[in-house]
Amino acid sequence: MRTYILRRLGYSAISLVLLSMTIFFLIRLTGDPARLMVGPGGQPEDIERTRVEWGLDRSWPEQYMSFVRNLAAGDFGTSFQYRLSVRELYAERLPFSLQLATAGMLISLCIGIPLGIITAVKVDTFWDTICKVIAMLGLSAPGFFVGLLMIIVFAVNLRWLPASGSGTILHLIMPSLALGWYFAASMLRLTRSSMLDVLDSEYVKLARLKGVPERIVIAKHAFKNALIPVLTLAGINFVIMINVAVIIETIFAWPGIGRLLFEGIQNRDFPVVQGVVILAGLMIVTVNLCVDLLYAVIDPRIRYS
Amino acid sequence: MAVEARPVHLAPSADFVPARAAKIIRDIPMAPALVLALLLFTAVFAGLLAPHDPTIPISGAGAGVFTPPFWMAGGNINVPLGTDFQGRDVLSRLIYGARVTLMVAVTGTAVAGGIGMFLGVLAGYFGGWADQAIMRLTDAWLALPSLVFAIFLAALLQEKINQVAFFLPPGVGNIILVFGLIYWTRYARVIRGEVLSLRERDYVRLAQVAGLRQSKIIIRHIVPNVLNTWMVLASLTVGVVIITEASLSFLGLGVSPPTPAWGNMLSEARRTLMAGQWWLTVLPGICISVVVLAANLFGDWLRVKLDPKQRNL
Repeated sequence: MRTYILRRLGYSAISLVLLSMTIFFLIRLTGDPARLMVGPGGQPEDIERTRVEWGLDRSWPEQYMSFVRNLAAGDFGTSFQYRLSVRELYAERLPFSLQLATAGMLISLCIGIPLGIITAVKVDTFWDTICKVIAMLGLSAPGFFVGLLMIIVFAVNLRWLPASGSGTILHLIMPSLALGWYFAASMLRLTRSSMLDVLDSEYVKLARLKGVPERIVIAKHAFKNALIPVLTLAGINFVIMINVAVIIETIFAWPGIGRLLFEGIQNRDFPVVQGVVILAGLMIVTVNLCVDLLYAVIDPRIRYS
Repeated sequence: MAVEARPVHLAPSADFVPARAAKIIRDIPMAPALVLALLLFTAVFAGLLAPHDPTIPISGAGAGVFTPPFWMAGGNINVPLGTDFQGRDVLSRLIYGARVTLMVAVTGTAVAGGIGMFLGVLAGYFGGWADQAIMRLTDAWLALPSLVFAIFLAALLQEKINQVAFFLPPGVGNIILVFGLIYWTRYARVIRGEVLSLRERDYVRLAQVAGLRQSKIIIRHIVPNVLNTWMVLASLTVGVVIITEASLSFLGLGVSPPTPAWGNMLSEARRTLMAGQWWLTVLPGICISVVVLAANLFGDWLRVKLDPKQRNL
């Protein structure tokens, strides 16, 4: 177990180092940050001054080391545009993203799990087909298109919901539906396959043989066990939702992290972009690590393989 | 009791191959195949099919901005699906958009698949430090949600737009490069796993003992055996690639206007979303959804066909 934990920790650390290096060097490969900061039409002297001011005149390895030192101290740099630390900007936006992700998560769970159970229990029937169609639509119609459609229907035509902004629960409905839409489909598929696996297992067969009513077999014996991978995916999805809602936040003018990233890109504000991307990686690596360790605790087979 | 044994004829019949081909054709899911065929046809013959130039505001009957589709009041059959905010024909833009979608979907998937196949085979076959290095890189890559990574890369490459152009419309080269750099990980990981077990097979061992060159072993004995998996992965990546392309174009990081792409049509429609010109949003959105749906259904069918292990997913 100890070896396993250490190895997993090591892998995660390597992932993060490689990721930060990739991001750091890619930015520098595609252009001189100083030139970006000064903007088009900047004089050579200005560029040179900015370069010295931001420490960009040093060699790349040197720059990388100081970049990592700052990261370790929780300093993600200073935004070119806002002249504020990236950490402050991030902290300002994070609650909004958390709200949106939580609502999206709830929606995806409420749609995905019940429908997934239905398809697994009624496999190869009319209901199965219906749910498969829903899952397919979820994976095929992009969330931002669904969002735009909802704006047309509920904001423009019916005038029931505000088209953009944040603040009230009404503002949250459309963005979270648009975000949860895709994830509901993946949740549905996983619930289905996980339920099918469990329903096929020996203990479910035994329970049926004992004469336990089918309803209880499904609710108590099958569903509880099928829930483990589903909830794991939910946890991972939650972290992903915090980070990938870029387009949905843009459409609905939701002031979350995604918008921060997008504005950072539009304004060529690279410390912001870099910070958001690295934090996204950090979150996901951490969640994956936790999931792996948790599974190793639950299932000894993983530890020793 | 005497048991009579009857000879069993196992010689392949002469019509074996045609029958098999016919069976495969019969098995292909018709609706998705039709949609994909239509996409291919539209993309290839866009120049002949489109009634107007997709980048120039039309003149003559139906000219003007925001003409609605022909079945609505004020519509004109000359511009069957209406015009956009510049007075360009929406139908023609959709038709040319198919070209961008197809180009990006096929090339993006192929580039990613190529890189993934190469690295996956390398890691799986040679093992050791190459395996470690490639797999750790894969982990690092997978630590970022692909959309965030795509946005990041596309934004960086935008500085260098047209440098990766070749003969492609502006922005398309960049997008293909971005997809190649992002989606190789899923191929690499799965293919490495397969190669790990293939490497231990007798025929590979025999080829090694017989002194066949490594490169030949890989090309003759390893690659053909992972092609099935590769195709399944590719077919499932196509849909994701199309959606991501639309997303990037929507954010203004993909195909540059005025080249029509479904994603940037949606992006332009967004400016006038509140004004009630719904067809500008709905039509390209439906195109994207239908094509992705067809690609996904086709991919699912292929997966079941080629990989019985994954039928429950």
